[in-house]
Amino acid sequence: MAMGLNAPDLLKSALSGNRRDLSRILTSIENGSSFEVGTQDPWTLGVTGPPGVGKSSLIGRLISSWVDRGERVAVLAVDPSSPNSGGALLADRLRMGAIDSGDSVFVRSLATRNHPGGLSSCLSPMIGCLAACGWSRIVIETVGSGQSEIRIVAFADKVLLVDGPDRGDTVQAEKAGIMELADIIAINKSDLPNSQQAADSVRSAIGLSQVPQPPVHLVSAHDGSGVDELLEAIESCSGSHLRGRLRTRERMLSAWDSRLLDHPRLNEVLDAVETGSITLDEAVESLK
Amino acid sequence: MSIPVGNADGLTPHRLLEDCPPTPSFVEMRIVIAKPGLDGHDRGAKVIARSLRDGGHEVVYTGLRKTPEEIVRIVMDEDASVLGLSTLSGAHDVLVPAICNKLREEELSEVVVFAGGIIPSYDHDSLHDQGVRAIFGPGARTSEILEFLEVASQRIKSGQPVGIGENSGWRWG
Repeated sequence: MAMGLNAPDLLKSALSGNRRDLSRILTSIENGSSFEVGTQDPWTLGVTGPPGVGKSSLIGRLISSWVDRGERVAVLAVDPSSPNSGGALLADRLRMGAIDSGDSVFVRSLATRNHPGGLSSCLSPMIGCLAACGWSRIVIETVGSGQSEIRIVAFADKVLLVDGPDRGDTVQAEKAGIMELADIIAINKSDLPNSQQAADSVRSAIGLSQVPQPPVHLVSAHDGSGVDELLEAIESCSGSHLRGRLRTRERMLSAWDSRLLDHPRLNEVLDAVETGSITLDEAVESLK
Repeated sequence: MSIPVGNADGLTPHRLLEDCPPTPSFVEMRIVIAKPGLDGHDRGAKVIARSLRDGGHEVVYTGLRKTPEEIVRIVMDEDASVLGLSTLSGAHDVLVPAICNKLREEELSEVVVFAGGIIPSYDHDSLHDQGVRAIFGPGARTSEILEFLEVASQRIKSGQPVGIGENSGWRWG
């Protein structure tokens, strides 16, 4: 909806603290525009985990604690677009508690749309823009159920994996490949029975790995217990070189995907593979 | 193909979902569906949110009991072009004008506002005078709401007044 102002004016206005123009810039980036905002080093946390474990509620708790400490918190909450209609129902913010009542919190809901390579091409510029506008804590929330979500969360410098009790086997989470990327694991809903058991089974699962183990925290977004400790762990977490490398790898893969899916001859080559006139290997060669 | 809401006869929840409108392949508009004030009933708002999603729109639902200030902030942060207000509490004649004024104050004049819920017909004129472009009551069809949004979208594209801060002459229906 950027109307009346051109890009440099919008950016200047957003940098001087105009919230509406920052919001319009994020829309332009989402629609494919590029904005240069300098080289501020953003503080980013990716939060992921299966549906219904309480990611948004827990982020709501973290936001309150950060705001009490004088931080300005921006959240990019990612939800999937409907493959049928292209529309999306974005309802993460309604579970984030009192986020709508202060100047220190900015929440933007993002639909995955059907971007080539997912949202990844616009996440970096969005984060850069938010950081340049003075948002000192930037959280990216996504449902961790598949490869594209892992790629979204890999754009953050630290990754928090949220899980909960009674979700069956932890092998599910390991299958998704997200455990390797997590710097911190939170088992939410500690007010419910079996949460200790869930924490124990996650600890034993990650104990088998050669990688330095991320800490596992028992928390309750419902009554707030364990949240202070989790926040301290997030603040003091320095990340590991190995996980940093994995995340860089995911970022590169998504950039590669975007390049491939944006290729002008993509459909032509797809047709050729479909009719069998060239092999898959030849197709990949010809799109290089 | 239309989806009745409210107490339409013979309607089951499954029918509601099966009768989704056809499938455009691009995002239409970003829409905030909000529940202002002390009103704990959001089944209608959720049906509307779902059917607008199925109509190809990106819909942000605010959750219950939001103040006018909170709603305007959400519209701003989400860069929504449309705001739908659902109210069943009887406080529409206070809350809706407060929201419309706040939108204008914050220079969000281009946002299209529509309302729904329980709003007696004798209050419609005063809300329309505030810049509310459409009011849908019980029994309204979601297909009609999608048609309204289509027309609103056309008006935005062609530069005709339809936002909350623009000439309030035009109204739906």
